[in-house]
Amino acid sequence: MKLSPKSSTSSAQAGEVETSTLNKVRLATKDPFFWSNWIVVIAFILVVLVFGALKPHSFLTMYNLNNILVASSIPAIIVVGQTFAVATAGIDLSISSIMTFGAVVYGIAFTNGSSWWVAGIAGTIAGTLCGFLNGLIIAKRKISDFIVTLGMLSVAAGFALVISNGVPRQIVSNSLSNLAIGGFGRIPYLMVIAFVITVAAHFFLFNTRFGTHILATGGDPDAARSMGVNIDLVKIVVYSISGTLAGFAAMLTISRIGAAEPAANTSLLLNSVAAVVLGGVSLFGGRGTIFGPFVAILLLQALTNGLTVVGVAAYYQYVSIGLVVILSAALVRTK
Amino acid sequence: MTNNPEYAIEVIDIQKSFGSVAALRGVSLFAKPGEVTAIVGDNGAGKSTLIKCIAGVYTADAGEIHIAGKKVHFTTPEESREFGIETVYQTLGLIEDLTIWQNLFLNREKMKGIGPFKILNKKAMRLESAQMLKNLDVYIPSIKGRVRGLSGGQRQAVAICRAAGWGSKVVIMDEPTAALGVRETAKVEDLISRMKEQGLAILLISHNFDQVLRLADQVWVMRQGNVMAGMRAKDTSGDELVALITGASAGKK
Repeated sequence: MKLSPKSSTSSAQAGEVETSTLNKVRLATKDPFFWSNWIVVIAFILVVLVFGALKPHSFLTMYNLNNILVASSIPAIIVVGQTFAVATAGIDLSISSIMTFGAVVYGIAFTNGSSWWVAGIAGTIAGTLCGFLNGLIIAKRKISDFIVTLGMLSVAAGFALVISNGVPRQIVSNSLSNLAIGGFGRIPYLMVIAFVITVAAHFFLFNTRFGTHILATGGDPDAARSMGVNIDLVKIVVYSISGTLAGFAAMLTISRIGAAEPAANTSLLLNSVAAVVLGGVSLFGGRGTIFGPFVAILLLQALTNGLTVVGVAAYYQYVSIGLVVILSAALVRTK
Repeated sequence: MTNNPEYAIEVIDIQKSFGSVAALRGVSLFAKPGEVTAIVGDNGAGKSTLIKCIAGVYTADAGEIHIAGKKVHFTTPEESREFGIETVYQTLGLIEDLTIWQNLFLNREKMKGIGPFKILNKKAMRLESAQMLKNLDVYIPSIKGRVRGLSGGQRQAVAICRAAGWGSKVVIMDEPTAALGVRETAKVEDLISRMKEQGLAILLISHNFDQVLRLADQVWVMRQGNVMAGMRAKDTSGDELVALITGASAGKK
């Protein structure tokens, strides 16, 4: 049987295309980045499937999925800042305290007659200032990120208690509570806000010059400096972003609970670090994604929610989240 | 003052001290375009201090630097770079977790868009990166790959291409083959020869006399912060270089 030259070349071309796509897949699966990026997505799908199979009528309801989205949105905003800090080979331990401080500033502004959004700006700026201080001290005094933000954890939490006298303030505002309750169709407003911030952060990290410099600073600060990258500025901006997001998230928290509380929410800090690790961001800096930690937050919330639905006592949920974090870190490291 | 415009770079009577330690005691030398100029000397002879003065990492206490006959003055590496001086340090200055094209364009990113809405022009940078490597006949499987996946020789080649690819006039290389195997060394030496053909002035620091005699056109010998001798590479030998470096031979400028 004879093949016409035309058909033989076209089949040869098709064959080439096939091998090259196959090669691409093979190369991708060999790349350690591939696994650290996708492991969290696979885990998330697994968690949803398992709990969905166990409790299809309570876990997989619109109401419950909506709950998971609402519960994820504030941690998802916080984790963006944490991702930036970790991408520069740093860590921001102060975010939950900065959030508390921002909430207290919000409460004071609001109870002194500011409208809900003006108070929101005040709380956000308070967060920015704390983050800016973090970054300034880390960059200019060359003190480790860990120590500076650990100090800020205590300072911000302390100031929150000082200026509030340790008393929570009730915040009654229809517009604000509508933010927590309402949504575009089935998607809660809070999740929309979190998603917009996530997309913007992704764009910033991967499509701007400054984003590249963030990764370069985290990857190899000496090399980055030798190429003229202003690594001090990178640190200052990164921690300012983290503080700003924490201050902004404070308003969203108030919208959910209706009060500005001076108590720190420490599980938020743990969750943010956990999600960064789960999301495939290298703790040594220089490498990571924005969407990985975002999915990781969804995963952690789905896990907490699922365990509650299944009826596991809340105490065990802390244990399970801790185990998931250690396990995922171990998986990523043995790549 | 001599300021010969034929010299790509000329340093005149450069002095530099760190506290009471005089690292450079009045060093004068030059490098011509299209030539490899080697600087040899024992550890502590002042080679590294000299290239750091030229690269703008240190500012000399006294003396002048001329580029193509014009006196220049700079206090930072960025300023030195603006005058067309690029340095490839032993540490290379590559970011392992960034891609090859990101490294080639680090801090010189091509942008598109207007005003504050400028974003990275990734496509243009990838295209131009491929061209930068091609210009020097460097073959790297994919410029989208990360530096982490490259061999020592490939990394050296990327770092050298980055230094050569920015309209630079003088490329300083500090022990470019010290960490490489035989085959990779040969490739990097080829690369240096091609850069020479393109008219760059190359300042090469090397402890390998065979390499110096093979690659260099001009050799300067440094000892204890002074230039002991300067000669054409074809007029000297390994034995003579050793004698000059150790001080067994006094040398003449």
